[in-house]
Amino acid sequence: MGEKRQFKVWRGDETGGDLTDYEVEVNEGEVVLDIIHRLQATEAPDLACRWNCKAGKCGSCSMEINGMPRLGCMTRMSTFEENETVTVTPLRAFPVIRDLVTDVSFNYEKARETPAFAPPEDLAPGEYRMQQVDVERSQEFRKCIECFLCQNTCHVVRDHDENKNAFSGPRYFIRAAELDMHPLDAREDRKTYAQQHQGLGYCNITKCCTEVCPEHIKITDNAIIPMKERVVDRKYDPLVWLGSKIFRRRPNDDELVHAGSTSTAGPAMSGAELPDAHQRTEEQEVERGVNWHRRPAPAQLPAVGANGRLGVSEAAFDRSGAASPFGDDVEFPMPPRDLNYAHPDQD
Amino acid sequence: MTERIERHHYDVVVIGAGGAGLRAAIEARLAGKRVAIISKSLFGKAHTVMAEGGAAAAMGNANSRDNWQVHFRDTMRGGKFLNNFRMAELHAKEAPERIWELETYGALFDRTPDGKISQRNFGGHEYPRLAHVGDRTGLELIRTLQQKIVSLQQDDKREFGDYDARIRVFAETTITELLLDGDRVAGAFGYYRESGEFLLLQAPAVVLATGGVGRSYKVTSNSWEYTGDGHALALRAGATLINMEFLQFHPTGMVWPPSVKGILVTESVRGDGGVLKNSEGKRFMFNYVPDVFRKQYAETEEEADRWYNDPDNNRRPPELLPRDEVARAINNEVKEGRGTPAGGIYLDIASRRSADYIQKRLPSMYHQFKELADVDITKEPMEIGPTCHYVMGGVEVEPDSGAAMGHVQGLFAAGEVSGGMHGSNRLGGNSLSDLLVFGKRAGEYASRYVDSTEKRPAVPAADVEAAVDAALAPLQRDAGENPYKLQQDLQAVMGDLVGIIRRKGELEDALVRLAELRERVAKVSSSGGRRYNPGWHLALDLRNMLVVSECTAKAALEREESRGGHTREDFPAMSAKWRTVNLVCSLDGDKVRLEHKPLPTMRPELIHLFDRGELSKYLTEGELTDFDGSVTEGAGK
Repeated sequence: MGEKRQFKVWRGDETGGDLTDYEVEVNEGEVVLDIIHRLQATEAPDLACRWNCKAGKCGSCSMEINGMPRLGCMTRMSTFEENETVTVTPLRAFPVIRDLVTDVSFNYEKARETPAFAPPEDLAPGEYRMQQVDVERSQEFRKCIECFLCQNTCHVVRDHDENKNAFSGPRYFIRAAELDMHPLDAREDRKTYAQQHQGLGYCNITKCCTEVCPEHIKITDNAIIPMKERVVDRKYDPLVWLGSKIFRRRPNDDELVHAGSTSTAGPAMSGAELPDAHQRTEEQEVERGVNWHRRPAPAQLPAVGANGRLGVSEAAFDRSGAASPFGDDVEFPMPPRDLNYAHPDQD
Repeated sequence: MTERIERHHYDVVVIGAGGAGLRAAIEARLAGKRVAIISKSLFGKAHTVMAEGGAAAAMGNANSRDNWQVHFRDTMRGGKFLNNFRMAELHAKEAPERIWELETYGALFDRTPDGKISQRNFGGHEYPRLAHVGDRTGLELIRTLQQKIVSLQQDDKREFGDYDARIRVFAETTITELLLDGDRVAGAFGYYRESGEFLLLQAPAVVLATGGVGRSYKVTSNSWEYTGDGHALALRAGATLINMEFLQFHPTGMVWPPSVKGILVTESVRGDGGVLKNSEGKRFMFNYVPDVFRKQYAETEEEADRWYNDPDNNRRPPELLPRDEVARAINNEVKEGRGTPAGGIYLDIASRRSADYIQKRLPSMYHQFKELADVDITKEPMEIGPTCHYVMGGVEVEPDSGAAMGHVQGLFAAGEVSGGMHGSNRLGGNSLSDLLVFGKRAGEYASRYVDSTEKRPAVPAADVEAAVDAALAPLQRDAGENPYKLQQDLQAVMGDLVGIIRRKGELEDALVRLAELRERVAKVSSSGGRRYNPGWHLALDLRNMLVVSECTAKAALEREESRGGHTREDFPAMSAKWRTVNLVCSLDGDKVRLEHKPLPTMRPELIHLFDRGELSKYLTEGELTDFDGSVTEGAGK
């Protein structure tokens, strides 16, 4: 079979970690993700790593290989020297969860803040007509597999966590550009939005994002630069400005979904515990009487979020006050054995 | 019990975040329901992204003669008439609306010159019918649905101040158990992959949209997620599975190198001169020409090679025999020890055609293998073998609503996890439209079901405790086997004994081995902790893979005919008698029970879309007499 090669893989979690040395068999034609899988199947079964399609189509196995942001499934072992140690580390711009898995929720938050496609009001489904040449410009950006390598490599956030609030990153600039170039999108303010709320101005066109894109999307040339130019056009071209005042009421800024608005990360772990079983019939309960030796189950705490508040989905639940403190599966009157009552004589 | 469990309340819980799940969630949210979407991976990574060809819908953009009746006919033919006719009918009728709807969500399909959605030809479809975006239609579909969900969340944010007010996506979350109140669905229990913490989602309705079962096979084009979770959850909740013997295999998928294992090699490699060779270098297909094909296929290499340039005066090379014949031949060579080290055979075009020719005729194949594996198909032969691709079988559902049959209420299924729509074989392009049509329906009917329930079901606390214990068990054992080893063994059993070509003895052997594996899986142990521990996750998935594999093996042993995705070497012909039967699996304790159930009878206006000559290939004498009777009756009126 294959020969042994040297690997260093970062192992650890948010509290810290280190590079661990591994000697792994490598066969002809394998990619880095194959080696990670071999490690999992042999000496490191709990090595954490995301992957799905293993064909460069889903964008899950993003990692840094010898410091370069890459997809593990698209990085062939044959691109390294035989005696070269291959170092695999998690994406640097995002907080580590475990080993090679990072918390990429930043990207999903930015996705939520980017205004969605606005369908034209006067067209019913089936009536959309567009020319191939017109859809192709947006189609280039819709090739994006959301591997977030561009987000990870962008120096605006890579070493400046503080910029994350105001900066959406290349992935969401191409989303804005895609909608801007969409032949039938009804919204006219994509560029203004990108400038005012997505932090397009932070980008100084170093093209790092384009270099790492596994789909070879020309992020800088075809999306960011045109978006920057167009923003300038709109703001300073007096004719465009006049036209927009006379012919079209531009959407009020207040209607925009504002960037940087706090999104609730959803209820975090709340020390909720379950009440004990109460499966027996009433008759059996009466026969058994009260079980004085039962350790009363602690009341169930509401599922509050990181901000200490109940999530809206829970608060809007059709029973006011959300979850019952006794647990929602409790019928009243409660069976005696489930009462949270300890007799004073109990030892 | 001291485990912390995060509790939530929803109206509809959708398990699975591929096309079917997302479409169901959109529909339930539009019906005003609070919806949870459970995604085993990150949001937007589901296996739907892998679909290349397109979504079949009779919009008639490329050929105005296309309509739902033609699409229905093609689907029934493809499934060899075993399809649930009502599902095939709904699918053909509603697919165009579902595709057009995607455009209002922002999808950008390729266009015709007059600006409509372009449609391409595909095997088994009479007219060009597949809406497509280059070769990344699946990605377009999932991204569009994902972005529609985000847009609904933005609406909710404006209304309630919270993106998650009515739809919340639980990313990297696995459901291990459905919880019941009597025979009603009451909720779903699972864990966050990131933290290993447990969660309990209480809801009166659950939609299963978990996809397929391919990870039970050694060579598969499916990702790690495809462990048959939905199939197994449904079984354990009292629902039934049908058609589990029907799996779609592609005869030529790459088996080596590992970086491209499972990736399909298009049939046109053989049409353009590629030949199959065993490890002895022998072009073996000449030994496998069945008598019925003897007249059309060449007997010598010389004659076969002349065919490429002069097809009128020579017979075809045996490499171009039908798919199942090729698969059977490959299978036999490997079983008799003439396979490659990785268990395949060689597909050689490099020694037969010039590099220029290959690059010009097969550009995407050439680039795919060059980029993914540094394999140069112009210089070396490919190592190929049968690859597991899609499961036609799945949860037996009520065709209109997607509600699971069996004795459970509040459970719905859509997409690959549901059965019946595709019969014994799925046409290319029908899966993307399937998940849109039936995803929508499942979301709609799950919402209606919620409206009709007066009292919300309660989750029995004891069942939650049992689910916690079962989930933690592999971490608490330290003497058991490594889950990766068990998965490999399961894959070997299924790949070798319940693969593309099946035999009675091997299937019986498979059932014995699966029973042994069941003992071993019950004692599996995984090292490490609860935080993002893939070994633990696999240990929990194994139980599902095992029970689904057992259903497949049992049904494959029972069905004594060859049809679509089920080929029995000992029963090579299609049997009209077996066409009238669905094999239904259910769970009796922890045993799989198999029952025969008659296929529903097609409505007269549908069966009359076919001519008698064609029907006579599929129907029994009795059915044909009924058909003739209904023709006379129709004429009499």
